[in-house]
Amino acid sequence: MAHTETHTSHDYLNHQKGLWSWLTTIDHKRIGIMYMIVILFFFLIGGIFALLIRLELFTAGPTLGIDPGTYNRLMTFHGAIMVFMVIVPGIPSIFGNFLIPIMLGAKDVAFPRLNLFSWYVFMTGAIIAFASLFFGGADTGWTFYTPYSIRQPNGVIFVVLGAFTMGMASILTGLNFIVTVHKLRAPGQTMTRIPLFVWATYATAIIQVLATPVLGITLLLLIAEKTLGVGIFDPALGGDPVLFQHFFWFYSHPAVYIMVLPAMGIISELIATYSKKTVFGYTAIAYSSLAIAAVSFIVWGHHMFVSSQSEFAGIMFSIITMLVGVPTAIKLFNWIATMYMGSIKLDAPMLFAIGFMFLFTIGGLTGVWLATLGMDVHFHDTYFVVAHFHYVMVGGTLMAFTGGIFYWFPKMFGKICKDSIARVSWVFIFTGFNVTFFPQFILGAMGMPRRYFDYLPQYESLNQVSTVGSWLIGFGFLIALYAIIDGLLRGEKASNNPWGGTTLEWLATSPPHHENFEKTPVVSVGPYEYR
Amino acid sequence: MSTVKTESHFHHAHHFDSAEHQYSSAKQGIWLFMVTEILMFGGLFVAYLIYKSLYAPVFHVGSSYLDVKMGTINTFLLITSSFTMALGIYFNQKNERKKAVISLALTILCAIGFMTVKFFEYNHKIHLGLVPGKYFNNPEFVQKVADFATNMQATSSSYQEIDIAALKKIAPLYFGFYFVMTGLHGFHVIIGACLIFWVMIRTAKGDFGSEYYTPVEGVGLFWHIVDLIWIYLFPLLYLVG
Repeated sequence: MAHTETHTSHDYLNHQKGLWSWLTTIDHKRIGIMYMIVILFFFLIGGIFALLIRLELFTAGPTLGIDPGTYNRLMTFHGAIMVFMVIVPGIPSIFGNFLIPIMLGAKDVAFPRLNLFSWYVFMTGAIIAFASLFFGGADTGWTFYTPYSIRQPNGVIFVVLGAFTMGMASILTGLNFIVTVHKLRAPGQTMTRIPLFVWATYATAIIQVLATPVLGITLLLLIAEKTLGVGIFDPALGGDPVLFQHFFWFYSHPAVYIMVLPAMGIISELIATYSKKTVFGYTAIAYSSLAIAAVSFIVWGHHMFVSSQSEFAGIMFSIITMLVGVPTAIKLFNWIATMYMGSIKLDAPMLFAIGFMFLFTIGGLTGVWLATLGMDVHFHDTYFVVAHFHYVMVGGTLMAFTGGIFYWFPKMFGKICKDSIARVSWVFIFTGFNVTFFPQFILGAMGMPRRYFDYLPQYESLNQVSTVGSWLIGFGFLIALYAIIDGLLRGEKASNNPWGGTTLEWLATSPPHHENFEKTPVVSVGPYEYR
Repeated sequence: MSTVKTESHFHHAHHFDSAEHQYSSAKQGIWLFMVTEILMFGGLFVAYLIYKSLYAPVFHVGSSYLDVKMGTINTFLLITSSFTMALGIYFNQKNERKKAVISLALTILCAIGFMTVKFFEYNHKIHLGLVPGKYFNNPEFVQKVADFATNMQATSSSYQEIDIAALKKIAPLYFGFYFVMTGLHGFHVIIGACLIFWVMIRTAKGDFGSEYYTPVEGVGLFWHIVDLIWIYLFPLLYLVG
């Protein structure tokens, strides 16, 4: 910090040079970018697997000439990659790392070296999971249900161990964020002045810290089951396979909110900036994040409505699950109220935000259908469920993620993506998404079971529509990728605050200084003071 | 944290306001990590409780196969080690380096003692074939479980629906729990001992004193949790019969 004036050429990107300086960096911004690179790469692989799955389902019976076993492995890896390597770590690890300290007015996260360590743990887990491909792969689905997973080749162990390791990275990241939010806020940056993205990521971090250890022990027990035959989950030895489901979903249902809460945080930021209005109901949105986190821990049983759970438990889980709709709706209505009478500017990030609200509403409401005990018996394990969670995870999280990339791109790289290209990508992603997944609601209601390699001839036409949709999504993401690469290579130089945002990151230079701010900012107003 | 070693007085990393600020942040982080440890073992305890309530005779007979004497020695060793660990922190706070090193060394000795006892216990079990499911080889144990259940049925009419065939099938589960629970705990003991060794070396080098002892206290907290988990494991596994 020797020099003082607008030496904009001196920023975190060129503070140190060379690959080694990146691999050993403890700068939260650089670690965020490192996560971004690897997660986008995993997203590409998971996406290719998805396209292959859809292609195989283009006609009833074999289409690509792959055998059903290969199809099952493709499906498993698509699920495991997208869940454990893309959507769970995605927004917290990329945007959380990059933005939380800046938004708080801090110089770094609380534990910078632990932060770097988390990245290596994450990468180790990812490599272990991919190593599975050399040991017969895994065809269990990303949920590893027992007893099937116990009887499969050893490839399963690698995916499970990989998921366990990536879970550790997730815990450490969450821990880091909680302490950062509590301890590193700039003077005047009270808890009621932090941006809503930070609130959302904070609620996520709580889930990461409290739920992931249970996944850890579940996966460890699964490995013990497979190697030693302990018998806890194996009915052949007297164990209970449903206990595995309880353990697994005790983590994995909260994990669903690990996936979507940070996305909601991004949406809060986008809506405020592109409506040029103070967020309506800041406190309600902030606390609804915590409410969702809290309720998420007591709804896991809705995954087991047809797994011999007692009817009474089923009814209780059904009611509690519907409660999730309340804080979610609070957010949605507050966003709409924020947009009301605002000066809305339909730049690409805002289009993604509106797309999120549209798709997430469908995904969320069908969630209430599935929470209804009687209906779930019919919909369970059909394409209706597949459509539902893709509306939430892709239509929700990935839309917000892509919108977030275009929104913070100038801050991250000091350059601006062409908004026109980004908008074209939105048209393809949004349209393609609905073309792909809306027919799956109908297919599911007609009774088409999920996970199968084959289907009855009467489902063919809708499956073909769905597959064509997947090409549109794929094309849309390629355009988005082109917009990013074009922005990196030829983008105009970005000003410090190209969109007129009011949160602290827009006070920093673009790209930010190595220590984020030349002088620690002093905060005296709320995060969204437009006038 | 990176600049800690060089300065003697106000050592704190660039993103903290003061050493005190850094200390309170580190402590919060360590406590959060302890929460994750408890939740992880919590899963095991839940599984244990479910099967204990479903198949009580297996757990009754199973615990009679464990050596309470060895378990008691180990409990004593770990409680002592928690005390010496606390002394290690205390002497660091008082700038009494030599006593701190001795306390930490004693803690490591207790950990080694614990693992040695564990080694003999494991060895004995493996020798008898009392190991988890796939490798279990001790028909006598299964027979004892069956006899015990038959006995229960003979004494009270409320035990009539006990399914003895199912009990015989699941009998090895007790040793599944025994090895997984004590194994995971033992792994934590080893990690803990390594961490204590690390802070002991740094104490000897004079890295810590009344103004800076965060790593010692963090490792100490971890060690107490390891101890605490054993305090629950011991009655659940050894004394439950």
